[in-house]
Amino acid sequence: MAKPPQALADLNHEFGPHPSYMPKGGWQEESRHTPDRLVKTHCCFCGQQCGIKLKVRDNAVTGFEPWEEFPFNRGMLCPKGVKRYMQSSHPDRLLDPLMRTETGFRKAHWNEALDHTVRRLREIQDKYGKDSVAVYGGASLITEKSYLLGKFARVGLGTKQIDYNGRLCMVSAGTAYKLAFDVDRSLIPWSEIPKADVLMVIGANVGDCAPITTDYIWRCRDRGGKLIVVDPRMTPISRNADLYLPVRPGTDLALLMGILHVIVRDGLEDKKFIEEHTSGWDAVVESVKAYDPQKAAEMTGVPPQSIEKAAHWFAKADKAIAMHARGLEHHSKGVENCLALINIALATGHIGREGCGATMITGQGNGQGGREHGQKCDQLPGQRSINDPAAREHVAKVWGIRPDEIPGPGVSAQEIMNLIHAGEIKALVNICFNPAVSLPNSAFTSEALSKLEFFGVIDFFMSETAQFADVVLAGSLQEEEEGVTCSAEGRVIHIQKATDPPGNAKTDTWIICELAKRLGKEKFFNYGSTREIFDELRVASQGGHADYFGITYEKIDEQLGVFWPCPTADHPGTPHLMTGGISYFPDGKCRFNSTAWRESGDPVDADFPIYLTTGRVVSQYLSGTQTRRIGSLVDIYPQPLVEIHPRLAEKYGIQTNDWVTVKSRRDEITLQANVVKTIRPDTVFIPYHWPNERSANRLTHRTLDPRSKIPEFKVSACRLFKANAAPVWAGHTEVEEAKRGTATTSRAPGMPDPLVNIETPHDGGRK
Amino acid sequence: MFGYEFYLDPSRCIGCQSCLKACEECETHRGVSMINFDFIDRPDGIATAAYVCFHCEDPTCAQVCPADAIKSDEDGVVQSALKPRCIGCANCVLACPFGIPKLVPEYEQMMKCDMCYDRTSIGKRPMCATVCPSQALAYVKPEEMAAMRRDKPVNTFYFGEQKIVTKVYMMAPAERDSVSVDVVDYTWEQEDAYAV
Repeated sequence: MAKPPQALADLNHEFGPHPSYMPKGGWQEESRHTPDRLVKTHCCFCGQQCGIKLKVRDNAVTGFEPWEEFPFNRGMLCPKGVKRYMQSSHPDRLLDPLMRTETGFRKAHWNEALDHTVRRLREIQDKYGKDSVAVYGGASLITEKSYLLGKFARVGLGTKQIDYNGRLCMVSAGTAYKLAFDVDRSLIPWSEIPKADVLMVIGANVGDCAPITTDYIWRCRDRGGKLIVVDPRMTPISRNADLYLPVRPGTDLALLMGILHVIVRDGLEDKKFIEEHTSGWDAVVESVKAYDPQKAAEMTGVPPQSIEKAAHWFAKADKAIAMHARGLEHHSKGVENCLALINIALATGHIGREGCGATMITGQGNGQGGREHGQKCDQLPGQRSINDPAAREHVAKVWGIRPDEIPGPGVSAQEIMNLIHAGEIKALVNICFNPAVSLPNSAFTSEALSKLEFFGVIDFFMSETAQFADVVLAGSLQEEEEGVTCSAEGRVIHIQKATDPPGNAKTDTWIICELAKRLGKEKFFNYGSTREIFDELRVASQGGHADYFGITYEKIDEQLGVFWPCPTADHPGTPHLMTGGISYFPDGKCRFNSTAWRESGDPVDADFPIYLTTGRVVSQYLSGTQTRRIGSLVDIYPQPLVEIHPRLAEKYGIQTNDWVTVKSRRDEITLQANVVKTIRPDTVFIPYHWPNERSANRLTHRTLDPRSKIPEFKVSACRLFKANAAPVWAGHTEVEEAKRGTATTSRAPGMPDPLVNIETPHDGGRK
Repeated sequence: MFGYEFYLDPSRCIGCQSCLKACEECETHRGVSMINFDFIDRPDGIATAAYVCFHCEDPTCAQVCPADAIKSDEDGVVQSALKPRCIGCANCVLACPFGIPKLVPEYEQMMKCDMCYDRTSIGKRPMCATVCPSQALAYVKPEEMAAMRRDKPVNTFYFGEQKIVTKVYMMAPAERDSVSVDVVDYTWEQEDAYAV
């Protein structure tokens, strides 16, 4: 049984999250010293992968300096980037492997923890079969680690069941781009964005979730470009939108089909481009016939005139770019949504030319690179299909095994959790994934995790998921190993090692290789460095679409990033994927894909009449394992609030700061209201970064897109009522406990005292 | 930095508070931010604004200081109150038309943005303008600004009768030379009709 061994409060007391406000030793201590060196690397928080220089002293990251020469962000950083350095010496860092006891976690030696892990995995596989053990990976891992993890699952454990938290990110976009262009990457580098005459940004809260992209959009407007924003909420970028379309959650598809309807009706399509570069146009025309602006308006809540205007602006523009993110993708018809947008870009010939294209704004740190080299259940390195015999042969040769020894495709992240709940998967090895917070329907996830016969977690902090573990293997931060990531643009960049893992913590690659060795697979996992893993990955990816063969760490440093594909040593890389409108299909044509409307998986009705949509805030990253521990970030937005329009709020007698219970068909949570006119009156919004009683994912549902298997985070049905009293956690959050000082008293044996002290201003000050 | 100027464009601000957090990292006042940041009116909109000190040519804060504690340097950068002189009276806090100075009670001293003297004096851009993701805060050469932005920088402000010329520029619609905060200046009748 893998229930948390202690009461939650005790676990949190021991392992955090404790919001830390100061670098090790305090501000003054830190200011007295100059760093030993500056390490040019990248921010770990989000797919923008901004260049940053980390200050390093005595094997700790102590601060940062902007890296102005790096072309993507030119020194710009969001608050997460500014404060990312606070993780390195964080008092919550796990410094030893931990093993569960009857009453809590105890420190263990590495041999004991690793041997125990492998013994249990072997016992379970012997009893229930190879596929009874699953592996969860994450898209914040450097590419070397995600490659290694895919190989570990298939060669080390021999299981087909591996998937990753990128499944909760942009997989709908990836699936759609494969269907339309046979390649899964942004078609353009960000330098194209300012060149467009029209930008259509749909389902992308750029200001909060991809802050650096804002400057690219503003530069486009300064050139005279027009900005169309499609979102149920006015997000920060809509302050300068030339056209704002307040789409009802779950109806993006109807809106996009309505826009294409107008383009066809008014003869605005690019006939030459369609003729020369595409197939499937006639069927698409047929599919949007019924979606006149009136019908689209009724379905979406967007005025018909706005739909007409968007269609005309986009189609008539010489150069236009469609940008999208999770708002379009987190739907049970996420793939169709993306295809409908791609259809518009294709129909108007806005593909393969300067200032034109379609781009997904990938969200996770290595969201792009993490999905290219083998931790997806259906893919092998190089973005190859695991069902493709040629791909299997190529990769098997690189790995030194027979093609038939590579397992077939497994199932997606949510489906793995479903199989755990159903008792088919008995053990889980988890790294860089916090499903207790990030998967939909948290109660179901907790139930499932409690059923595991063995649960091993590799992590640097005690995440809410690690609390369920039998063994927690203290792993490493991004800056503790050398490697690469691939940014949202498709730019492969160099992550420099800044420090060693602290205490007895080990690098993730060491931990994975040690597990493989103990599984008797040492000869396949004999790496002297991450560079050796990268060199193997380069060969494994060779000939695939995501071809890294010509990329080296040195070439990345020289060029400040290399865009894949890069097939040979003398190849400069490929910033533009679709030059001249040539796709990656053998015939070079792009595919139109017809779309058909269907309801979301959790429709509103008389009992649950309000749309719930979830998303992010600028100060937090994903499930918050890292950013909920950085006090200065927590202070920007300390608690999830439920955003409600004043008209809806009035109906329920709710005012800002009132406690409001939001109830869905699964569960209910009680949060404070933020009454704002910047959201549709039929919709409420809750950011999802918090666990347990504050978790938006208690409310969300497990409906998946049938092709991409992405959960439908962006639309659920709910009802509201004003709560009679504040919930029990009110007044006892991490920050409030820290301010009282009660969170600082007790630590696990051998662990340093936390540096929680938020008396501001601190000692020191102006000299 | 020679040839560089500071520009503010609140219409670009996305409210991320990166400036505020980065200012806090300054070696000379680590842990205390000198950025002024506002949600303009969150219930009614998403507008946010981040400000640094405007560094007035004839600073109101210095004019009203009874202890003569506020000085500008040779580059026109207005400094925090001199610690030995500042009496913590908060006159400057009340008088500044831009609402910039902060009284830090723990230090009994007025502290404010000094445009990152520690950075600009060694050829680095101010921290807030370097990190700002939307470039609502920008520190660039005037010719670059003119090439990149369609709005026009102004540094002359009218607060009623008071004319203030500042070192820091504010981006305003292209046809403006100055910014007035008196509605009368925008009315059809102009001020004659309302003469008192």
